[in-house]
Amino acid sequence: MAITFDHVNYMYQPNSPFEAVGLSDVSFTVPSESFTAIIGHTGSGKSTLVQHLNGLLKPTSGTVTVDDFQLTAKTTNKHLKSLHQHVGMVFQFPENQLFDQTVERDIAFGPLNFGFTNEEAMSLAHQAAHDVGLPDELLNRSPFELSGGQMRRVAIAGVLASQPRVLVLDEPTAGLDPRGRAEMMAMFAKLKADQQLTVILVTHQMDDVADYADQALVMAHSNLIKAGTPAEIFADPEWVKAQQLALPTAANFAQHLVTRGFEFDSLPLTAEQLAMQLRGQLPKEGR
Amino acid sequence: MLEQLTLGRYIPGHSWLHRLDPRAKLVLACYFIVIAFLTTNWLTYVLMFAFIGGVIFLTGLSFSYFVRGIGPLIWLIVFTAILQLLFTPGGHIYWHWGILMITSTGIQTSTAVFLRFLLIITMATVLTLTTAPLAIADGVEALLRPLRVIHFPVAQTALMLSVALRFVPTLLDEAQTIMNAQRARGVEFNNGGLIKRLRAIVPLLIPLFVGAIGRADDLATAMESRGYQGATNRTRYRVLKWHNADTIAVVVILVLNIVLVVLRHM
Repeated sequence: MAITFDHVNYMYQPNSPFEAVGLSDVSFTVPSESFTAIIGHTGSGKSTLVQHLNGLLKPTSGTVTVDDFQLTAKTTNKHLKSLHQHVGMVFQFPENQLFDQTVERDIAFGPLNFGFTNEEAMSLAHQAAHDVGLPDELLNRSPFELSGGQMRRVAIAGVLASQPRVLVLDEPTAGLDPRGRAEMMAMFAKLKADQQLTVILVTHQMDDVADYADQALVMAHSNLIKAGTPAEIFADPEWVKAQQLALPTAANFAQHLVTRGFEFDSLPLTAEQLAMQLRGQLPKEGR
Repeated sequence: MLEQLTLGRYIPGHSWLHRLDPRAKLVLACYFIVIAFLTTNWLTYVLMFAFIGGVIFLTGLSFSYFVRGIGPLIWLIVFTAILQLLFTPGGHIYWHWGILMITSTGIQTSTAVFLRFLLIITMATVLTLTTAPLAIADGVEALLRPLRVIHFPVAQTALMLSVALRFVPTLLDEAQTIMNAQRARGVEFNNGGLIKRLRAIVPLLIPLFVGAIGRADDLATAMESRGYQGATNRTRYRVLKWHNADTIAVVVILVLNIVLVVLRHM
């Protein structure tokens, strides 16, 4: 198991007028090299949860285990640096973290902080830039001259360059157009396969959950309320709606077809599954 | 780390102090700060600290919250007091080394500096904790209004102030997010020597400035597109009203002032 949460509680600003519950008794496990989606409406505790994965937040009580690292309320900051390297975090709108004079140096910033030599860092930066599809001629430009989509790729390369084993993505496609979104998700799937990464994705895009995730965790009001495969999560459309979530587009489409007399053995979640189940149900003489 | 500081933060509430007119609160807080310098003997300090204790009680917030909130600033105050202690000549000399000395006058002044500083910071904290930023801006605008006679741009100043106050929490949030992102990339903000820590600030400040400038640009566009053209004769949505409670507060401070002057000469 790559990641285990054992009865993790987190309290924001305890003993102050701003005290608030962030996580309440959350337990789950994530297998190595799997793709896990975390879903739930805004303010349900998704971002709080992922910040525990690399020690940016420490549990108020309970234990977080990430491979060889154990994180409890007592863990000191000194031990966190190697965890920061082990777990790469891509925050929402990661382009806001760019600061250096050239794209190359910004990408190499993480590796340099983690103690790689200058040559190693530069070679890691070039590799990461290649992995996210940035053309070489951009490497000596200022990151602030690039387009929004390119800036985001630079920021993601800046996380990948430190060679993390676990990649946490907090709504990485927010604000991108549909094509940019599809390209970016395909890129993450390829990175996961090439580098044997464990991927944690926080998202509001149910299609991405259906297309890519091995398992999904549903958060609501600081609690983990359901964990399972996408098929298990979306099996009860009424429950999904009650959680202020949506069905994947294909499942939604299939539901409308059911009212028109089509039948499905199981609710299709992806376009491919939908097409497979529709084959044979469509009248053959249709144009 | 950033959450600890209470100075400049507003906590919504319905206490008697929350409901006072912001004009009254601003003037009275300033007045309190001025008369804090009238303290001379221990009786006057007891009076002032008893008064500020009563004010804290009236905010309806826990006492320990104030203590912890002012905690980070205590070192600044102690530092100032120590400078006073070491560099003030006069009176009996207890110890000296080069230009450094500890004298009876020095002990007196540094104690006074420490206690007055504490009074002032606590009062300033009470003001911002119980007054919404926009109410403070409204109060300042109302108090500056007489300056229009000399063509002082009162409305613009008030607008600048309210925009600045409005974006303090936004920028703090953004700073926290960027700090998290850079920590995840291996920056250590709380480790290492002075030079290392100063270098760690660069990856925080540059994105913060880039974001702030972009935001200011967006705000200007949004205001212009909604027809804002300088603030000429604008009517107000929030109208300030003077209540009996405000008059009572003024009377209380005046009484405090009189008692203070009496105790000073005892």
